[in-house]
Amino acid sequence: MDLSIALFVFMLATFVGLEVIRKVSPLLHTPLMSLTNAISAISVVGAILITGAQGATMLSKVLGFIAITAAVTNIVSGFLITDRMLKMFKKREEKK
Amino acid sequence: MAHLGSYLYIVSAALFILSLKWMNSPATARRGVFAGETGMLLAIVATVLANRIFNWEWILAAFFIGTAVGIPIAYIMPMTAVPQRTAMSHACGALAAALVGTAEFYRADRLHETLPKFVLVALVLETLLGFLTFTGSLMAMGKLQEVLPQRPITYRNQNAVNFTLFAIAAGLGVRLVFVPTDTWIFPIFAGLALLFGVLLIIPIGGADMPTVIALLNSYAGLSACAMGFALGNNLLVVAGALDGSSGLILSIIMCKAMNRSFTNVLFGAFGQIQTSHAQAQQRPYRSASAEEAASILEAASSVIIVPGYGLAVAQAQHKIRELSDSLMRRGVDVKFAIHPVAGRMPGHMNVLLAEADIPYDRLWEMDDINGEFAQCDVALVIGANDVTNPAARTDKSSPIFGMPILDVDKARTVMVIKRSMNPGFAGIDNDLYYMDKTLMLFGDAKAFVSEIIKELPAKVGV
Repeated sequence: MDLSIALFVFMLATFVGLEVIRKVSPLLHTPLMSLTNAISAISVVGAILITGAQGATMLSKVLGFIAITAAVTNIVSGFLITDRMLKMFKKREEKK
Repeated sequence: MAHLGSYLYIVSAALFILSLKWMNSPATARRGVFAGETGMLLAIVATVLANRIFNWEWILAAFFIGTAVGIPIAYIMPMTAVPQRTAMSHACGALAAALVGTAEFYRADRLHETLPKFVLVALVLETLLGFLTFTGSLMAMGKLQEVLPQRPITYRNQNAVNFTLFAIAAGLGVRLVFVPTDTWIFPIFAGLALLFGVLLIIPIGGADMPTVIALLNSYAGLSACAMGFALGNNLLVVAGALDGSSGLILSIIMCKAMNRSFTNVLFGAFGQIQTSHAQAQQRPYRSASAEEAASILEAASSVIIVPGYGLAVAQAQHKIRELSDSLMRRGVDVKFAIHPVAGRMPGHMNVLLAEADIPYDRLWEMDDINGEFAQCDVALVIGANDVTNPAARTDKSSPIFGMPILDVDKARTVMVIKRSMNPGFAGIDNDLYYMDKTLMLFGDAKAFVSEIIKELPAKVGV
């Protein structure tokens, strides 16, 4: 891939990220961090490509295996715990 | 199929952005998680469709183990331990990136493939950031879990030693970019990065962990981003950049909330120098019983509760909810004032209070509530110390001078639940405790709050 295209994408994504994150309520900063954590475990894609390459060496397979395990742990626990935390945020019920 | 894959990547990237956008309010946040999950699923499906994947037994086994480990972590982890879990997942994410980088480096070497220079730069950055974030996050996790000492570990010429180490690692990295066939350098390079991660975090004190976690979050994101450059995968670049900018913003917020700079957090070894400062003389203070506290609270028309991490240590969140409920039933207006560094990671206190069923519209951020202390009858401080210390506004010699604080001292009456008069974590004496309008309530936060609750109903005769 062309370096300049990748840098372009990086630049745009960083600005979008900064703008979007700035608007996140401080109330939700902890769930935000576990959500971004789960999202950055997208590195699982790279790990699958390394492990699943034709003629991958034992070294590639072992490193890729550990990488997939670590990334999937992050994906599963990250999304689930974010949802578990968000479920706790309730508005006041009008009782009276 | 390859085309379909790259189109799915675009959808997936859009979903990730939407997912973060929907986090801006608790009302839409759960939709955000769903968008993130969908994006992730699409990305994995697209990858498998667009490439011929072999070695399925390895991949599926890893997916199985990851899922089997991840589910219990998500459901069993108590909310007080969320900072440790976050540090652990930074470690996992960074490790994944570093290992993929390592594997890619050796693969190219074995196949005598000449990688373009920028790919090599990306690989070096990916592994450097990945390995140092891995060990750094493990150290942060150890400190948060209290298996490692929370106080800063320092030695002579620490910054010089660390800098030299980093310079050697960076130098080896540059060498690898220009002569990638020197594979024997790679293990040394990786080892130095791992060591540097440890040395970077051990001199940082427990009180600075919120900033450190946010910073490590940013590094983990950037290493995933570098992987995107190395593999020529735009989705990885986008997701990594989103994570990196999120960590950056959170660490800037944390630094501002403590009036510190990055360099100061990373190289300052805070929380160690000030111990001698606190040798103040005995000053008079007033203390009160639970019964007196209950009658003052009951007579108040507005109460602001200021919770700190001490509240969570005492496991008093549920008791404090009972107290605020019964005060509200008596027509008292109760609000919670949350300092940005209350708790052990950004936003931690909000989660702890939400878990205790305190509605989130009762939780107020520092800037929104500071103006209200002057009109409030009682400010009740539980387990918070430095964030209420008026010396941050007035005393130029104080180590926390300039730090934004909650203006608790402006309330008509201040009550502080505390175990004893011992100064807090940073070892700084708090002038708040010696004011005429301050009542010290000595005892364990949970026990004391339950006593106040017990004293309350008798008076109204409910």
